Amino acid sequence: MPMIEIHNVNKWYGDFHVLKNINETVEKGEVLVICGPSGSGKSTLVRCVNRLEEIDQGEILIEGKNIHAKDQDINQLRAEIGIVFQQFNLYPHLTVLRNITLAPMKVKKIPRDEAEATALALLERVGIGNQAHKYPVELSGGQQQRVAIARALAMKPKIMLFDEPTSALDPEMINEVLNVMKDLAREGMTMLCVTHEMGFAREVADRVIFMDHGEILERGTPEHFFTSPQHERTKAFLKEIL
Amino acid sequence: MEHFWQWFSGLFANWGVVWNNFDYLLVGAYPQGPLGGLAMSIVMAVIGIFGAFWIGLAAGLMRISKRPWLSWPALIYIEIIRGTPLLMVIFWFYFFAPLLMNQSVPETESAIAAFIVFTGAYIAEIVRAGVLAIPKGQMEAARGSGLSHTQAMVHIILPQALRNMIPSFVNQFVSLTKDTSLAMIINVNELTLAARHVYTRTMKAPMEIFLTIALLYFAICWVLTAFSRRLERSMARYQARTSHDR
Ligand SMILES: Nc1ncnc2c1ncn2[C@@H]1O[C@H](COP(=O)(O)OP(=O)(O)OP(=O)(O)O)[C@@H](O)[C@H]1O
Ligand SMILES: [Mg+2]
Repeated sequence: MPMIEIHNVNKWYGDFHVLKNINETVEKGEVLVICGPSGSGKSTLVRCVNRLEEIDQGEILIEGKNIHAKDQDINQLRAEIGIVFQQFNLYPHLTVLRNITLAPMKVKKIPRDEAEATALALLERVGIGNQAHKYPVELSGGQQQRVAIARALAMKPKIMLFDEPTSALDPEMINEVLNVMKDLAREGMTMLCVTHEMGFAREVADRVIFMDHGEILERGTPEHFFTSPQHERTKAFLKEIL
Repeated sequence: MEHFWQWFSGLFANWGVVWNNFDYLLVGAYPQGPLGGLAMSIVMAVIGIFGAFWIGLAAGLMRISKRPWLSWPALIYIEIIRGTPLLMVIFWFYFFAPLLMNQSVPETESAIAAFIVFTGAYIAEIVRAGVLAIPKGQMEAARGSGLSHTQAMVHIILPQALRNMIPSFVNQFVSLTKDTSLAMIINVNELTLAARHVYTRTMKAPMEIFLTIALLYFAICWVLTAFSRRLERSMARYQARTSHDR
């Protein structure tokens, strides 16, 4: 059974048709990269997968379960899907450690010492094991984003969503975040990544989709995508970012 | 020179009135009789601000709710109170509370109730603005990790919002401390009424008496304002550091 199935999804903001008949399937352990120009609906699509946005038509299934069903427990669903934002969105009033342990303790009722042990191990894994007791503002952008990834991983999610995780970073910090994401991909995490980091896409993506004006215009392996794009707009887009 | 000394000793004698009644201005007839004076003003302001905090927190959160049956009552409460002089609210409670409760309500209690309801409306607006000022990404990150709306409010939004609101709360407390003087109108023995008692009893030194209570109000408000400034400065630092995070 596929991890994520998106069937005929349509969504409007008022009159604005932001997602147009989206169909996509992501298998367990697959890494899907979503790219496209600004305003094309990439963030909206990703946010529909954990129901931060509602859809108007169609359905999204996670392991066969319709997550936009009325009786779906939304918090239960989100506990299994990690999300990482462009702006990190760490909680500034909590230490790095508390940022990571909060959801496991409150949502999954994991005891504090166990949650802290997990958090410290995750921080170690993303390369900032010695920063646990600092506040987010005391860290660099790249470190903050790695904390955000650790925070999402602390819930032991089945799926990780990334919405332009490196776009707000200074160039010299991009790789430290991408490396963490690459490790995750290699460990078999199912990932949806909105990113324009084409090196990342080449290296770890199983498939790339290109969105424009709310539609998926082009899809294929990174190989196909970079060497023989079919659509004019894909070619124009690639020319711009490469 | 002789005139000066006459004038000066007269002044001295009159300050004596203040001196002799200073304890009455500070605490009323306490401990033999009921509490009054400055202590009563402070007691009313402190109980008032704590009560108003809870009412204001509830009303402010209701006001930003998407559910009309929560937001409408809060909106009506806030708008009515903000369009009404405090003195009027004091009268409402003084005249209507006994009718409603079908028993007499002591003046002090009805004044405190009026302060709570009045200040609560202003606190509600502070809470509303404070919560709306927290970047949207905070709620999204919290909900995205599986926290319920209530959990996100309690653990993420309110701790940040309330911290930013502290200077505004202190300002409300300063206003309320001064406004407690209005309670004299329904015969609550707070600082202003105590001063009048002293004057009517002695028929001396009105200038000195009222100058003294003005200084007492000023001293309290000054201390609170200075405290608030310091908080604001440390808040500004905290915000400057967190803006980086947006
Ligand atoms: N809450 C909203 N209400 C109305 N319109 C919205 C809302 N959120 C997004 N939009 C619009 O929907 C369109 C798609 O937005 P979305 O954020 O999904 O684009 P994106 O592909 O992620 O762009 P970017 O690369 O700039 O992040 C944009 O034109 C945006 O203005
Ligand atoms: Mg986006």
